[in-house]
Amino acid sequence: MSPPSKLPVLADPPRADPSGEWSRRRFLQAGAATAALAAAAGCKPEAVVEELRRRNFKELTGADLKDLLARLEKKYSAEYGKAVTVGAAGPMPGVNFGYGLDLSRCIGCRRCVYACVKENNQSRKHPQIQWIRVLQMEKEHGVDLAHATPYYDPELVPEPGHFYMPTQCQQCRHPPCTKVCPVKATWKEPDGIVVIDYDWCIGCRCCTAACPYGARKFNWAEPELPAAEMNPVTHYLGNRPRPKGVVEKCTFCIQRSRAGRYPACVEICPVGARKFGNLLDPKSEIREVMDRKRVFVFKQELATEPQFYYFYAT
Amino acid sequence: MRSRIPLVALAFLAALGLAGPPPSAASEPARPGPQVPAHSAATADAPAGPLDIQAEPPPFTEGIFPCSQCHDRAVDAKPKQLAFHDEIQASLHHGPPSRWCLDCHDNSKRDFLHLINGELVPFTESYRVCGQCHGDKYRDWRVGVHGKRIGMWNGAKTYFLCVNCHNPHNPRFKALKPLPPPVPPQDQGFNGAPPPSTQEKAP
Amino acid sequence: MGILEFLKGAARQVASGGRTYKAWVALLLGMMAVGLVGYAKQYRLGLIATNMRDQVTWAFYVGNFTFLVGVAAAAVLLVVPAYVYQWKPMKEVVVLGELLAISALTMCLTFILVDMGRPDRLTHIIPGLGSPNWPSSLLSWDALVLNAYLVVNLSVAVHILYRAYRGESYAKWFVVPVVLLSVPMAVGIHTVTAFLYNGMAARPFWNASILAPRFLASAFCSGPAVMIILFQILRKTTGLEIKDEAIWKVAELMAYAMFFNLFLLGAELFKEYYSRTEHLLYTEYLWSGIGDKKALVPYAWFSLAASVVAFLIFLIPRTRRNWTTLNLGAVLIFAGVYIEKGMGLVIPGMTPDTLGEIYEYRPTMNEWMVAIGVFGLGGLVFTVLIKTAVPIMQGTFRAPGAPAPGAGSAFAAH
Repeated sequence: MSPPSKLPVLADPPRADPSGEWSRRRFLQAGAATAALAAAAGCKPEAVVEELRRRNFKELTGADLKDLLARLEKKYSAEYGKAVTVGAAGPMPGVNFGYGLDLSRCIGCRRCVYACVKENNQSRKHPQIQWIRVLQMEKEHGVDLAHATPYYDPELVPEPGHFYMPTQCQQCRHPPCTKVCPVKATWKEPDGIVVIDYDWCIGCRCCTAACPYGARKFNWAEPELPAAEMNPVTHYLGNRPRPKGVVEKCTFCIQRSRAGRYPACVEICPVGARKFGNLLDPKSEIREVMDRKRVFVFKQELATEPQFYYFYAT
Repeated sequence: MRSRIPLVALAFLAALGLAGPPPSAASEPARPGPQVPAHSAATADAPAGPLDIQAEPPPFTEGIFPCSQCHDRAVDAKPKQLAFHDEIQASLHHGPPSRWCLDCHDNSKRDFLHLINGELVPFTESYRVCGQCHGDKYRDWRVGVHGKRIGMWNGAKTYFLCVNCHNPHNPRFKALKPLPPPVPPQDQGFNGAPPPSTQEKAP
Repeated sequence: MGILEFLKGAARQVASGGRTYKAWVALLLGMMAVGLVGYAKQYRLGLIATNMRDQVTWAFYVGNFTFLVGVAAAAVLLVVPAYVYQWKPMKEVVVLGELLAISALTMCLTFILVDMGRPDRLTHIIPGLGSPNWPSSLLSWDALVLNAYLVVNLSVAVHILYRAYRGESYAKWFVVPVVLLSVPMAVGIHTVTAFLYNGMAARPFWNASILAPRFLASAFCSGPAVMIILFQILRKTTGLEIKDEAIWKVAELMAYAMFFNLFLLGAELFKEYYSRTEHLLYTEYLWSGIGDKKALVPYAWFSLAASVVAFLIFLIPRTRRNWTTLNLGAVLIFAGVYIEKGMGLVIPGMTPDTLGEIYEYRPTMNEWMVAIGVFGLGGLVFTVLIKTAVPIMQGTFRAPGAPAPGAGSAFAAH
């Protein structure tokens, strides 16, 4: 099958394409998308070209992926004025991540919240996006959301009579969010992380409605990320800068954990309340937690089977 | 001129220093601490001994170690009021009121701590001293359930010693000032103020 | 060509009319202009121009969408008695119901479009071009059934009207099965929309089996209310013959639907208040508020009162047949169901949110503008369709050379 001729809207001349990627399906997609975009994209040629080239991340292979990452690196480096890398490391074999949070230790200092924001390039304002939300609860009521608040602001923490429960994406084994996404923009990876393809998400917020843990955050406007604060070491499915109108959430610092490093929240916690490791390794910290301590999961009655475990070490 | 910075304050600052975002700590290898002798990998049931994974160095006051530069002989072991290190003695609050320096610090060899049976323990293995009374915490700490680690979850990691977080002379954690609460949803919008131009990014 | 003639003729029909008609069209165009201005700001800034936030992530737009799916489904109400009970006056006005469904569906799809964070990525949901998540995503099902229902209604209405325009009768082999198919499809679109909410375990207010039946019951109340008022307008302004019995029958069926709706509401309230689990919080927020957060309470009680009064009006034959009370009832039932679907369903489902926070949502001026624009669009679509269809039905809009209306009229032979 001969490849179709040049599309008139391309700003650059098309590259020679030995892999035959310009299949009929892509041609149709390009044609239909052009029509859709003529009205919608505000007629910026670069934006139109980008949308035309888009495919669901799971369908990208080899050379396509490399090209895409190179284009993104170039784009982000120009935008932020520093050398940005965009990786797409896959899951390590034999790894299924587990996370432990020690409720007997957390003092509600919120250093995890801000370490995460710095590591993962969230929008700082309009909206302020924080993947971790720490709830202050009352010891009298236990884990009771009707008597919880994330807006506590005393001089010192912990406040007497209260305890603290940080919440973030629970990386469920049966995620309600991936079930409802209409375009397969979010899915669960083999190492347990539930990821989002920010360039495929249509911003319908079904997943945000379906998540029982309030983990998903939406870019209600163009994210405000100061270049000086931008973390240039990024992952396509993790902490690369997001566009307006898409959903994002905790990815267990996929850019770190897939390189063998602890997530930023684990490393910053001053009281050692956060534990992370490979559930398939019997010697890992998280397995030791599950063997020795009283472990529970949040909203267990919903049978989401999170890979995020709360426990009491004492 | 000997540094007069109280050890208490420095240990507290060391603990607080962990609370700030340490990207440098995460991206560079941890500072090499004092040599830790290699042993077989510790398990929860193995007899107490030094661990073979890099630990953070003990938070000494600048210039205070080795102690033998001042202390060259054993003294009368009876508890008394100190002239030097008196600020530590004043803040000493670790268990019963009868707690006294030489309960942990060795009398004749001040560069070491000692276990209850008299065995000498270097400062880099101070966790063995703590583990005598706090055995459950020690067992949890050895497998990473208690305490803090940074580095690689599947490789080289730095354990924090007990004393890196808990001041041994006054171990109870002090309360911290929390970082700011999140912006509530009604304040997330532009609320009348003109939004920044969407074309440019802040330099 | 025949179709070009038809379109030119239709354009002439739409462009001609009295002063009231022209004022009406001007109003609709004005509403659309307002909507475009609002949407331009929203498109530029992002959905931050609304008052939706992570805590209440679906609100005004989705509430309107849900209500209008009900209106579209209710077109079916006219088909069922017409074909099941073989009642002659109804058949003549089935087409008008389908035209209402088309307009409502246009509004539904537009409300979804304005609610999306990335409308430029709409193609991602289309099979072949994108990657729709069948069968697990209810929203991808909704996209399918809504568009299919739109196609069904469009094809049947256009076919019947075009044939009538040419003085020919419609093809029974095509129309009858497709119209009968549209009955379960109408039930389907509203059930799928209900399932969209129903399936979310994260939102206990929605995660109730009663949701799908309640949706259907309230749908059958809202759509026909529009038809009742519309029929009266058309009778006066165009001389289109619609018998009183047709209108009264519609009202009577609505009474039964509203009874069922109120019964299901009662069943829900019993379960929540008697069992008194944690899930009572959402119902409490709606009907009595939590602490000082009471924004929805007046709307909840007004909606209930309006629904009960309308039910009684439609139930009692004397008030049903009195044109004043009938129209009052239609307005009340429309308002009652509108509030029930928007403020009574979408907002309490998300308040308190999944972490117990109460964010009291109110639409921004921007959201009002966009919604007004969408209703203007729907109104304009409906007006254009009606302005073309009614003259065809009356026989005054015919293809050149077509036989005069009479025994050969499409609306006589079946």
